[in-house]
Amino acid sequence: MTTAITDAHRAVVAVWRIEQPRLITSLARMLRDVPLAEDLTQEALLAAIERWPSTGVPEKPGAWLMAAAKRKALDHLRRRRMLERKHLLIISDMEAEQGAVPDLDSDLDDDIGDEMLRLIFTACHPRLSHEARAALALRMVCGLTTSEIARAFLVPEATIAQRVVRAKRTLSESGLTYETPRRDELSERLSSVLEVIYLIFNEGYTAAHGDDWLRPQLCDEGLRLGRVLVALAPLEPEAHGLLALMELNASRTAARTDMAGEPILLLDQNRVLWDQHQIRRGMQALGQARALGGAGAFYAIQAAIAACHAQARTAGATDWSRIAGYYAELTGIVPSPIVALNRAVAIGMAGDPRAALAIVDGLADEPALKTYHLRPSVRGDLLQKLGRHAEAQAAFEEAAALATNRREQGLLRRRAAEAAAAVADHGRESKTIACASIENRERRRTGG
Amino acid sequence: MRVMYIMKSTHEGLPTPGFIAAAHKLAEREIKAGRMLDNGGLMPLAMGKQVRLAGGNLSVIDGPFAEAKEVVGGYAIFELPGMEEAVAMATEFMQLHKEQMPGWEGVCEIRTFASPGP
Repeated sequence: MTTAITDAHRAVVAVWRIEQPRLITSLARMLRDVPLAEDLTQEALLAAIERWPSTGVPEKPGAWLMAAAKRKALDHLRRRRMLERKHLLIISDMEAEQGAVPDLDSDLDDDIGDEMLRLIFTACHPRLSHEARAALALRMVCGLTTSEIARAFLVPEATIAQRVVRAKRTLSESGLTYETPRRDELSERLSSVLEVIYLIFNEGYTAAHGDDWLRPQLCDEGLRLGRVLVALAPLEPEAHGLLALMELNASRTAARTDMAGEPILLLDQNRVLWDQHQIRRGMQALGQARALGGAGAFYAIQAAIAACHAQARTAGATDWSRIAGYYAELTGIVPSPIVALNRAVAIGMAGDPRAALAIVDGLADEPALKTYHLRPSVRGDLLQKLGRHAEAQAAFEEAAALATNRREQGLLRRRAAEAAAAVADHGRESKTIACASIENRERRRTGG
Repeated sequence: MRVMYIMKSTHEGLPTPGFIAAAHKLAEREIKAGRMLDNGGLMPLAMGKQVRLAGGNLSVIDGPFAEAKEVVGGYAIFELPGMEEAVAMATEFMQLHKEQMPGWEGVCEIRTFASPGP
């Protein structure tokens, strides 16, 4: 597909999108080649776009598309001049089938579960780059066209087309066009699938206020892929963990931006706008992940953190000590300075800014955080809480200098000014009182 | 886009076993495709009740309800890319009624959820 889709074509594409997984999995089974099957289903789509506007949508569009796709597959095999015995057998089977009236019900009978799983694992093969995996998954599993994927990722259509062609070539050259991951390697291979689904979701999530509706749609496609995976591999705890994380994060979509499209931070969001329907599904998925013994895994822990926010009726009711505990657990799996910084924020929010500050200061030499404005910003916040206003002012100024977003810069400069005002207002005496009162509170809390 | 399908019909009989089997297959396909979030069939209206507010008065009314024409028989909630997909889905489901329950007449209403937000 190189042309833009006009309104007249949208109805055809809609039917095709629904039927596409079945088309591609059936063809893959016949041709023993997933990328080739994908090419031929695209050709069936083009045939429908050409025919249906004049003939009308057939009564059984799925059967029509299936027959068209099978014809394309047959033509293809004929063109290859039937070099292999395998192909001869397939062709004779298919020719016998061609004579019969295509039957939608028999197609519905096919359990495409294993084929679908094969499709997803092929598209998300670890040998492919993340970008290539995302493009293939969106095309082969979600039925997005190349131009739609390009618009969603804000890159030229030719870039996506090239990415898809190259990925398919890599699969062909590596002999991976029709590979079945063994059950025992499923969990291992699953991580490369989960990674890509989360990448697709996040690409849409960070662009929830984008100009083009296709960018936020990536969120929905990520969620849908997550649900597909859970249905196909219901015993994999991390599939449920990732789905839980995506549902819980997506539940906040309506509250994440203001009228002007500017982002609203989690703690400032109007929680009435959070989607309770979606939160419930997220909690169910998290429950599944835990029931399958996956509570301590990468996505499930992050989902548990999102669940703490989702369950707090007000920002003030957030269980920060619990969140800090989850971040500590997460640090055990992925020792990342960003996770450590988040843990410090949670500990600070839980009422122990001194312990939090010790963690943040321990991260001062982390190369990954050298230019990251949130480290001095968090530090300034903690210093402010401890009444060390002059140091807080310096930290906020450092953060403002590092921030690239103008809106954030403004916010950080305001906080620096606030800290400066606090230095001027309060003398040395009141600072001591502030520290003492915090210490008292801590003593009460820890001493019981 | 989240949509609710509301099935309405004057048809009072029970669905045929053939229809139930085919509808079940379709539902399973749609769950596995990650599109269907929830669905359910409803017991006949005669077994339900209505709580009505009219002229400032509240009243609880038992069935049967003589004035009922098309009665809601079931619903489904889907998440789909757009209205075209929603129509394609409903068309496939109604086609299934046509094949499995000749003579059945009814309406599949497609309603999009009001999204909260600014």
